[in-house]
This record gives sequence, structure tokens and C-alpha cells, in this order.
Amino acid sequence: MSDILLVGVDGSEAGARAAAFAAERAKESQSRLLVAYVIEWSPYTFNTPQENEERHKRREEEISRAETQIVQPLVASLKSDGVDVEGAVRHGHAAEVLSQLASERQAGQIFIGRRGLSRLQTMLFGSVAGSLVQISPVPVTVVP
Amino acid sequence: MKRFTAVWLAALLWAPAAWAQEASGVDEAINAAIAPISNAIVNVVFFAVPVGEADLPLIVVWLVVAAAFATLYFNFISFRAFGHAVDLIKGDYSNPKDAGEVSHFQALATALSGTVGLGNIAGVAIAVSIGGPGATFWMILAGLMGMSLKFAECTLGVKYRNEYPDGTVSGGPMYYLSKGLAEKNMPGLGKVLAIFFAICCIAGSLGGGNMFQANQSFQQFVNVTGGEASFMADKGWLFGLIIAILVGVVIIGGIKSIAKVTEKVVPFMAIIYCTAALVIILAHITEVPAAFGAIIGGAFSPEGVAGGAIGALIQGFKRAAFSNEAGVGSAAIAHSAVRTKEPITEGLVALHEPFIDTVVICTMTALVIVITGTYQAGGGMSGVELTSMSFESVFSWFPYILAVAVILFAFSTMLSWSYYGAKCWTYLFGENRTMDLIFKLIFCVFVVIGSSMNLGPVVDFSDSAIFAMAVANIVGLYILFPVVKKDLDSYWSRLKSGEIKKYTVDHVGT
Repeated sequence: MSDILLVGVDGSEAGARAAAFAAERAKESQSRLLVAYVIEWSPYTFNTPQENEERHKRREEEISRAETQIVQPLVASLKSDGVDVEGAVRHGHAAEVLSQLASERQAGQIFIGRRGLSRLQTMLFGSVAGSLVQISPVPVTVVP
Repeated sequence: MKRFTAVWLAALLWAPAAWAQEASGVDEAINAAIAPISNAIVNVVFFAVPVGEADLPLIVVWLVVAAAFATLYFNFISFRAFGHAVDLIKGDYSNPKDAGEVSHFQALATALSGTVGLGNIAGVAIAVSIGGPGATFWMILAGLMGMSLKFAECTLGVKYRNEYPDGTVSGGPMYYLSKGLAEKNMPGLGKVLAIFFAICCIAGSLGGGNMFQANQSFQQFVNVTGGEASFMADKGWLFGLIIAILVGVVIIGGIKSIAKVTEKVVPFMAIIYCTAALVIILAHITEVPAAFGAIIGGAFSPEGVAGGAIGALIQGFKRAAFSNEAGVGSAAIAHSAVRTKEPITEGLVALHEPFIDTVVICTMTALVIVITGTYQAGGGMSGVELTSMSFESVFSWFPYILAVAVILFAFSTMLSWSYYGAKCWTYLFGENRTMDLIFKLIFCVFVVIGSSMNLGPVVDFSDSAIFAMAVANIVGLYILFPVVKKDLDSYWSRLKSGEIKKYTVDHVGT
């Protein structure tokens, strides 16, 4: 049994529930919890030159915003509950990045919330939980 | 240089004066005011020597010699690295830790949206209508050679760019000319070339990147709304004003949503355009061998073309250079935004630009025009009208699609060139917001001027301004070629030895 558990959060209610659930499991199994926030980004979009010029600056801003507003407060509150926890912020496609992170850190399990989309909504917007289940290298727990 | 400045000041003063006149005479007034100035500039840039019956502009020789030299000097890099460049664009060599930065794909797409546009639709039509089908052959050849030149300038663009403390970047020929030549103990020459380049780029931005675009989209708009009888036929200034407001809203007002929509629709339009061209080519598949015969035959012994083979060659080379801008230096500005430790990789990615632009898209247009035979029956039509008629002969509704495509291409090209121009303007007059704003206002005024003029003066002027950029850029490139060569050799040997390898993607799950 690996001693790292990975949870994907997105600042939503569902993400918070997943984090709380994962924290319980981490405490029980004396594992370390890795809280990951993925900033949706694709290398195949079309940008204006102005956007490209400012991209590096924006990226730094996006990362610091995600850290100060979402990841750090969550990590701090979990820590005060006695969970061994760390945070990570990455850019990319959420399901792909979480899978990569899991293999990179050899996490034993991934936890993720779900948005409770209808079939039509899933068809239109896709579901992170759905695609994660398909591509993850380790077991995935979807927290309702 | 003084002459240039004076000309521009005059042009700026004339514009509002012309506006003050009565609406009906506005078009003609603007035309009359600009044509002599444009002619003066054209005569300087396109100084030509007579070769047989044709006039060979020295600037075309200048570009082609540089492109051929780069192709040989870098040992046919465009062919050697073609596949590797595809892997780079796909992101196979991108460090996942850099996710969120500008990707190679994005830099290429941005630069392409600046070059794919009217040059590919209208420019090719002009080349074929003047130079005959044979012009296509020379255009493709120039496109293939231009790849090496583009590789060199984009590598330098990234290598010598400025990175500011706030994380933004600025790059392009004005930076590599001044910094690169300073390294070679030629700081004086570097500075002069950089300034000359910047001035020409501002002119090119207002000419080919603006007036030509505005003019051609207006023509196309009039065409589909009823030609001579169109309610807009004599209101070029009004059309220009509307486009100018839209451009202004994006580049001055910073309304990202319009830019976003354009950036998404343009690639879609490019695909529709190419698909339609392919369908026409396939529908006439039996005539394709004859068309190729006409293209190759016309390249060496054309009939009824002024100046014979040389006349076809000049048209082909001119249009290729105007369309893919290799050696002009504009793309180097767009490519500089990529954050990479290896400037060579950006150069390699950039060599696909002339390929996609000229060898693929321009050739499609040329084939359609040649196959449908409209270039012979054109009846004095040139530019976008000819292309429109060629497509119309197969799909009667295509002019409407083309009109939308032309206006969108023109719009995205204008956005790109407003950026290039603004970069050069701020390089010359100070990197601050006020200077940036002043240039963008001038840019909008020129949209109106461009759509009010006749095609002739606009095309000549835009050509001359853009080609003048190549004068300074290529002098610098010759001096800096060894720098690129050294980096390329180092990169290539590390690639071959396996020191540079693909980042392994986890192929988990099935």
C-alpha cells in the first residue's frame, strides 16, 4: 500500500467534500495527502500576440491566485486537523494532470468530487471524473 | 529615412483634411492625396533593372538570394528537420513543468494568423493574372526556400528578445539587430539597421498589414452585395470606419472577446477554404495534369506573359514573399513569446509557416484559378474578385463564404500587424502605454484610408513597405547566420546523441 493519497480540488463544494473524505482515509491509513488544483489550460489554443507576450506573467498570477485562495487555506485547515498534507498547482487538462501526478508521486489512490451533471451536460462539457476513471493509473474514488 | 518620416507626417495630416470634405468626394479625395506619396515610396523600394522585356526589382533578387543562401548554408534544414519540427509542434519535447506557458503550437498559430490571409487569396490571384500559371511554380519554390530564412529569423527573435521583470517579453528583428550585431562588434550598424527596420515595419503595418487588408475586404463586401449597384459601392470610407471601430475596440479597448472569436473562427475558415479548394480540384481531377503542365510549362516558357519566364518568376517570387513574409522579420516578433531554453526549437517550428502558408494554401488557390481557367477569362479582374469568380464557377454560393473569410482573415491579420507595428513604434519612441495608444489610433485611421483607395496604389504601397523591412533584416541575418549555425549544430548533435529526448508520456490504461 502506497502512503500517498491524491485528491483533486477545484474550489467547489464537491471538491471540498472530496478533500474531506480523502483526509479521513489519509488519517486512518497514516498516509500523506496531496491536494492538487489543476488550472484548465491547453497547448493547442489560438491566442493573439498580446496574450502570448503576457502569458508568463499571467501564468504566475494564476498559480499564485490558486495557491493563496484555494490550496493554501485548504492545506492549512487540514493540517490543523492533524492530516499530513501538501498542496500542488498545475496547468493542463484536469484528468490528465491528476493521472500524471499520481504516477509521478506514486500515489496509491485518487479522490475526486463530481459535479452531478446530466447526460446532456456531460456530452457537451465533458466530465473530469468520467475521463479520470478511464485514464487513471491507480484506483479512483469518486465522492458524491 | 527622413523622407519616410516626412511622407508619414504628410499622410497623417492629409487624412483628417480629406475627411472634412463632403461625403461623396471622400473616397476620391483620400485617393488623390495618398496616391502620389505611395508612388514615390514604391519607386524607391522597387528600383528595377530591365531584364529582357521584364523589369526585375532588385528587392526580389535580394530576398531570393538570401533564401537560397540560407537553404544551402543550413544544409537544407527545412527538409532535414521537417519531421522533428512536427514533433516539436505536437509538444513531444515540451517539459510538462512548463505547462501553462506559450506552447510551440500557440506561437506558430499566432504567427500564422498574421500571415495566412489575403496574400493567400488575393495575392495569388494577382500573381496568376499577371504572371500566368507559371508564377505558381516560382511561388512554391520561393516558399520552400523561404522556410530556411524563416527558421533563422525566428531563432534569433527568441535568442535576443527582451525579458522584463514583470514577466512579459518583447522580441523581433529590432532587438536581434541591435543586440546581436553589438556582440559582433558592430553596435553602430546594429542600431541603424534596427531603427531602419522599425520604421519600415511601422509603414508595413499600416500598408500591407492594414490598408491592403481593409481595401480587399471592402472590395469583396461590395462584390457580394451587388457590385456596382451595391449600397456600399461608393462608401469605402464608411466601411473603413466600421472596421476601424471594430479594430479599435479590440486593440485599444482591450475587448478580448472579439479577438477570441476571431482567433477561433479564422482557423475554421482556413479549413473550409482549403476543403472547398480540394473539392474543386478533385471535381476537375482529369484536368489536374494539364494544370500542372501549364504551371511547369508556364514557369519556363509562358505565352502572353509580359517578360516571359522572368515575368512569371518575378510575380511568383513577389507574391510568395508578400504572403509568407520570410526574410521580412515580422514573424520573428510573433514567435518571440515562447519560453524555451533552446531558441533553435522555435526556429524549427517556424519553418512550417512558409510551408503551410505558401506551399499548401497558396498552391490550392493557384490550382483552383488555373484549373477553372478563370485567369484567362478574368476580363481585367484581379485580386480577390478573381479568386471569388474561380470558386463561384463551381459553388455558386461560395462568394458569400469567401466574403466572410476575407473579412475575418483581414481582421485577424490587422490585429497581428497592429501588434508588430506597435512593438516597433514603442521600440523607437519609448516603451510606454501612451506611445502604444498613439500608434493604435494612427492604425485605425489608416483602416479608413485603405478602404477608400483604388487597388493599385494600395497593393504597390503595401508591397513596398513590407519589402523595405527585408532590407535591414537580411543584412543583419547575413551577419548573424553563423550564430544560428553554431546553435543549430549544438542542438542537432545533442538531438542525435539522445541528450535531448522526448518527454515520455504515460501510456496507462487501454
